[in-house]
Amino acid sequence: MNILYTSREQVQVYKFNLPAAIAIPLLAVFFQSFVSVHFFWLTIFDLPLLVTIFFAVSRRHPVAGLMTGGIIGMLQDSLTHLPIGVYGIAKTVVGYIGSSLGVKLDVENPGSRFLMTFAFYVLHQAIFFVIARGMVGQALVFRWGHLLVGAVANAFLAVPLFAILDRARSRS
Amino acid sequence: MDKIVGRHKNLSVLAAVLLLQIVLLAVQVKRPTDGGVSLIRVWTVGAITPFEKALVHASDWVGDGWRNYVYTRALRNENERLQDENIRLRMEQVRMIQDASQAERLQALLKFKQQYVADTVAAQVVGTSGSETSRLLYIDKGSNEGLEPDMAVITPAGVVGKVIRVFPATAQVLEINDQSSGIGAILEKSRLQGILKGTPSGETMLEYVMSDEKVEVGERVLTSGGDRIFPKGLPVGTVVKVNPGEDMFLNIRVKPSARLNGVEEVLVITKVDENQPEMMPDNPQRAADILAERLPSVPVKPPDVAPDGQGAAGAQAGQAGGAQNPAATGAAQKPNGQTVPEAKSGAASSTKPGAKPVKSSAEPDVSVNGRGVKHVSDLPDGTVAAKKAGQKPAPANTNSPPPR
Repeated sequence: MNILYTSREQVQVYKFNLPAAIAIPLLAVFFQSFVSVHFFWLTIFDLPLLVTIFFAVSRRHPVAGLMTGGIIGMLQDSLTHLPIGVYGIAKTVVGYIGSSLGVKLDVENPGSRFLMTFAFYVLHQAIFFVIARGMVGQALVFRWGHLLVGAVANAFLAVPLFAILDRARSRS
Repeated sequence: MDKIVGRHKNLSVLAAVLLLQIVLLAVQVKRPTDGGVSLIRVWTVGAITPFEKALVHASDWVGDGWRNYVYTRALRNENERLQDENIRLRMEQVRMIQDASQAERLQALLKFKQQYVADTVAAQVVGTSGSETSRLLYIDKGSNEGLEPDMAVITPAGVVGKVIRVFPATAQVLEINDQSSGIGAILEKSRLQGILKGTPSGETMLEYVMSDEKVEVGERVLTSGGDRIFPKGLPVGTVVKVNPGEDMFLNIRVKPSARLNGVEEVLVITKVDENQPEMMPDNPQRAADILAERLPSVPVKPPDVAPDGQGAAGAQAGQAGGAQNPAATGAAQKPNGQTVPEAKSGAASSTKPGAKPVKSSAEPDVSVNGRGVKHVSDLPDGTVAAKKAGQKPAPANTNSPPPR
């Protein structure tokens, strides 16, 4: 993979070994499903989305990012009773934009990670809402307050989670 | 075209992947798989749920070990509480038996069909969908245990949901507060029927109750049985808020009886029997009489008989017996519950010499066989209840004069 450049400095591209690339998304989906048995309020966190964002901005390759997002989203879809593809489409778009932005922005800084996650959460929920309501016919209600709380919560979780996941990557 | 695709390779891949998913989505929306399960679901559930099961069972094992072998103080307290509760429930059971037999007689008269929960499978919740827009549970039982789609899932507190997809060792349960869920419900007091549906925010609303009806906050909501999934009469929830709706229906918010968020163990109803109750023998027994038989009693003391054979005790016994026993009022009862005239039954009048012995009013009025309550007048004489109590049979009717 070619090292990409911005106008200011060299941008580092990271890679993940195969076990980590498979295990981390699966673990995210697993915890999302398991933890909410006992603590339903934890469903406000979207671990698969955070992992999608992390892989996308680390690899900085749009095709890899969108494929990762699509697969994670479809895994998440298959645990719901909704048609497969609702989360898939939303996370495909997030993966693509995340990897494209990763080339241009500094995504190693905790502050930028916070803001980036906040924005991606809102984008993800907006796409999900449009697909679920427009194509699947779900009678969803757009709740702004809930959306903002979710975005802030996920952004706060993203900072320490990304720091932990940083250990699983290696420089390309 | 090739140039454009080559120049915008990433964007082209994005468009292709999105198009593929949209087509996949459209196909699923157009032709929802009726009971079928797509392969990706099988794979994902097969990959995720074994770990969830292992983790749940391991945590249960540790928790049980702590509670059963280490922290026994709680067990002792619970044992005392359960003993008290056992006594209370046994007393209550006597009354309930009576009420149930009365209800059965009424249902038989009206030719109602009863629904019984004949068989259940206990299951443990091992996972959820992990999404707020899909309120699903995963349980650790599946088609291997006989589960099928559209089976009702309950807890002792109330209804949880229904099975929607079944895998070999797992099943998906759609909770009643999911927005795609709907169950037939009835208000306990007012008997108004409606459909209980979930909302996007996870609340449950009773819909299609006309706005001119009166619904009180606090009224219980039960299953109506109209959906052919949930047996009639299961607790669903309690009305917490009633508002007039925009159309001609009320907005009735219901708080579910079962704890939907955080439920850990459930029962899946695998078999529901529906039959018409048989006519029980007429002549209902009072709960107090059944209770009197079960409780220890003082042995019967032969009453003092007045010289003219009409002592006070005898008169009282005659009145009491007359109120409860058809034999004393000139009629005997057949085993099927019908009454026959005194002459046919052969039961002697209390005033006739040589009459057959009739029980004393101090004796228990009923004896309980294995199935239910049987009246003492079904017996050839009034001795069985006394024998059961370890007493000698009553020598003679206290109402009749001593033989000369």
